Amino acid sequence: MKNKEAIKGGEFIIRDSEIDEIFIPEEFNEEQKLIAQTCQDFIDAEVIPNINRIDAHEEGLLPSILKKAGEYGLLGISIPEEYEGFGQDFTTSMYVADILGAGYAFSVAYSAHTGIGTLPIMYYGNEEQKQKYLPKLASGELLGAYCLTEPNAGSDANSGKTKAVLNEAGTHYIINGQKMWITNGGFADVLTVFAKIDNDRALSAFIIDRDFPGITFNPEENKMGIKGSSTVQIFFTDCEVPVENLLGKPGDGFRIALNILNLGRIKLGANVIGASKAAINLSVKYSNERKQFKTFISTFGAIKYKLAQQVIKAFANESAVYRISQNIEDSVKKYINDGVEKGKANVEAQREFAIEAALIKVYGSEMLDYVVDEGVQIHGGMGYSAETEIEKAYRDSRINRIFEGTNEINRMVTADTLIKKGQRGVFPMFEEAQKINIDSLGAAPTFTDDYFENMKMTVKNFKSLFLILTDCATKTFARKLPHEQEILFNFANIITLSYVSESIYLRVKKIESIKGEKASEIYRDMLDSFIFDSANTLYNNGLEAIYSFVDTNDQQKYINALRHFTTVMPSNIKEGRRRIADKLIEDNKYSF
Amino acid sequence: MKALICIGHVPDTTSKIRFTDNDTKFDTTDIQYIIGPYEELGLTRLLDIKDAGTDLHITAINVGLKETEATLRKALAMGADEAVRIDIDPTDAFFVAKQIAEVFKNGEYDFIVTGKESIDYNGGQVDGMIAEFLNIPSVTGATKFDLLEGKAGFEREIDGGKEVVESVFPFVTSAGKDFAKEPRIPGMRGIMAARRKKLEVITPVEQNLKTEVSKHYLPAAKPACKMVSPDNVEELVRLLHEEAKII
Ligand SMILES: Cc1cc2nc3c(=O)[nH]c(=O)nc-3n(C[C@H](O)[C@H](O)[C@H](O)COP(=O)(O)OP(=O)(O)OC[C@H]3O[C@@H](n4cnc5c(N)ncnc54)[C@H](O)[C@@H]3O)c2cc1C
Repeated sequence: MKNKEAIKGGEFIIRDSEIDEIFIPEEFNEEQKLIAQTCQDFIDAEVIPNINRIDAHEEGLLPSILKKAGEYGLLGISIPEEYEGFGQDFTTSMYVADILGAGYAFSVAYSAHTGIGTLPIMYYGNEEQKQKYLPKLASGELLGAYCLTEPNAGSDANSGKTKAVLNEAGTHYIINGQKMWITNGGFADVLTVFAKIDNDRALSAFIIDRDFPGITFNPEENKMGIKGSSTVQIFFTDCEVPVENLLGKPGDGFRIALNILNLGRIKLGANVIGASKAAINLSVKYSNERKQFKTFISTFGAIKYKLAQQVIKAFANESAVYRISQNIEDSVKKYINDGVEKGKANVEAQREFAIEAALIKVYGSEMLDYVVDEGVQIHGGMGYSAETEIEKAYRDSRINRIFEGTNEINRMVTADTLIKKGQRGVFPMFEEAQKINIDSLGAAPTFTDDYFENMKMTVKNFKSLFLILTDCATKTFARKLPHEQEILFNFANIITLSYVSESIYLRVKKIESIKGEKASEIYRDMLDSFIFDSANTLYNNGLEAIYSFVDTNDQQKYINALRHFTTVMPSNIKEGRRRIADKLIEDNKYSF
Repeated sequence: MKALICIGHVPDTTSKIRFTDNDTKFDTTDIQYIIGPYEELGLTRLLDIKDAGTDLHITAINVGLKETEATLRKALAMGADEAVRIDIDPTDAFFVAKQIAEVFKNGEYDFIVTGKESIDYNGGQVDGMIAEFLNIPSVTGATKFDLLEGKAGFEREIDGGKEVVESVFPFVTSAGKDFAKEPRIPGMRGIMAARRKKLEVITPVEQNLKTEVSKHYLPAAKPACKMVSPDNVEELVRLLHEEAKII
């Protein structure tokens, strides 16, 4: 790896990775495991026993639990030591987000505080601002929120109407406007607020203390899920903000907002790991206790199928999340070595991997929705009872497809950014596409008896499918492609599954190199099943795309290529899934 | 004052129990290890006493191979001042007690805390055996523990009530339920500090083995529950007599 150039964001589409380039969760060190254990103990001792009281909005409870997390140091994981945090590396902070992701509404409050609530100041604050706020955000003495969305500016975040006008004395900005859906808004002490200065078209960002004059808060929104998290509207009426509270320079706001979102998206990928494992545990425990037709329902093939699919998707998501973590961490180190300041190094690294961040946000949130949905189904009528935890998990999962950029926006980011990077020549994507001669492809790829070589070829084929289609689409639509959202969605799905497939393939190969063939059989089962399902989804997306834009004279040629690229090694997927389910059922918890 | 706290390295309570080598050995594949819950309470109480201002130096000790260091590191992260690992795979309580007694003799410790029971093999003998080796008092299964002027105070649960005990130094006590309220969760500060704390590995004293494990058995699977109608007392009596054989 030393002599190789570090992989660029999005470059995976034309470049294979090797197992020594990726990090897998099996490699956490002793200290990372200790930190994770503390997070788990915190969830078990402080969050889960109080979760119904949190969801009932018991006055002061959620902020007090956040502050307690601060006492354990959990709010300062990634804040540098010079600001009284613990300066942990990126992967460790992802591990923390993973474990704490099992805390329902608490998790959302935690992520909002440590992510969007703290990071704008950490990455963009000047020295004074950092000194003033970061130590207190790290300890929990101050809690944070992030105010971007407005009633008429959601996905189109740049269209916000909140205004900032410098007063005559030049000492204060006077802010007027309304913000909506603000997580932690009910109690946050420090708000990062986006507004436009004078008649600027660009946003600027301000640090606003709760007790500045001219701020009012609406009561809590009544939500479908994560009921205990605080979500309010905030009104600014001639709110006076000292000029030194401007974050970055005037007009920096949109850039700040977007960069913070990159991180939020990757972190969401981590959050859903913990949440999915918790939902899987609820599912398997119930299926091991519930009897129908005189037998435990976990003995039924239909239930085993659901349990196995839950596990496989969660495992795949986890594989991709930690692969991205390592990419970002390597990239941060590279920037720091090049003399870039730490905060900026983090921002740049996260921006570099904006495509991976967007795709994992989509995959992770939809994975969790699948897991909780089948979790409810496994619980039957009990799954529909508000008395059961899986019902809460089901409702709480849904928000993940909406915030941090809706999945529609993120699918567009995935496909559009990748295509643009190719067009700009950041890496030779179109050159690679043109090297593929689809006329010469046989009906099916030739598999050998080398299992991992076959997998590698299949993953490459998935990527090739995207390459040939995108090459054709850009020729067909030129600059109009961004308006063809349905096609971009097909592309985003293909890109995402290619990435996640490669991630699970690399992880299983690495596990086998560490633990040996015997211990990794169950992981091969997961890989087989995941690749099989992905190939089918790719086929559907590919066919839809082909019919929607490929010249009718060329369609058959493309369909033949589609078949070639989505043909995978035959294996008995049903038996493989059963083995996975059987292990889960025997362990009575997720332990893969 | 110096305390020695024995830290058991035991499988997490939700572990799946399997055996290997003709059922003579516990299968450690995929097992997550934790600090024994009673030892965790013992350590927590010592840390509470220390936090309340008593000058107390706490050494965590374990008899085991390298893999137990993660468990000792957690004890350090919780707040123990240093750790000692006696580098050998322990075979039974007698063996462990002997090793720990030797360490106690060679250091200037004032007392030893163990857990009242190891949750893996349900052993509950190490504390008593240490006391015998050292010829010092032993208070087992304490539910309350305080350091007093020149002595220590304990409470123990006994049949139908409580016993209040005091002991001079040195002594051994084993921590029972309620020794501390909730086990302490190590915070980030503790975890980071644990990196720099001393974890000393020492060679064991020679010892002849006195026991040998010949076989492990898993408990027989529970038979299905039988429902007997409330009107059918005769059937119930018959089942209790003939099948359950308890009357
Ligand atoms: C519980 C909760 C907590 C939140 N926390 C915060 C917070 O702390 N801070 C904050 O600033 N915001 C927060 N938000 C706001 C959140 O980020 C927005 O709701 C989200 O960005 C979507 O905006 P919107 O609700 O206006 O939906 P809209 O943008 O109106 O979207 C409606 C639908 O149209 C689709 N759509 C929109 N534009 C396009 C397009 N160009 N192409 C295709 N489809 C499109 C969307 O995907 C969606 O399906 C929160 C929201 C919720 C519900």
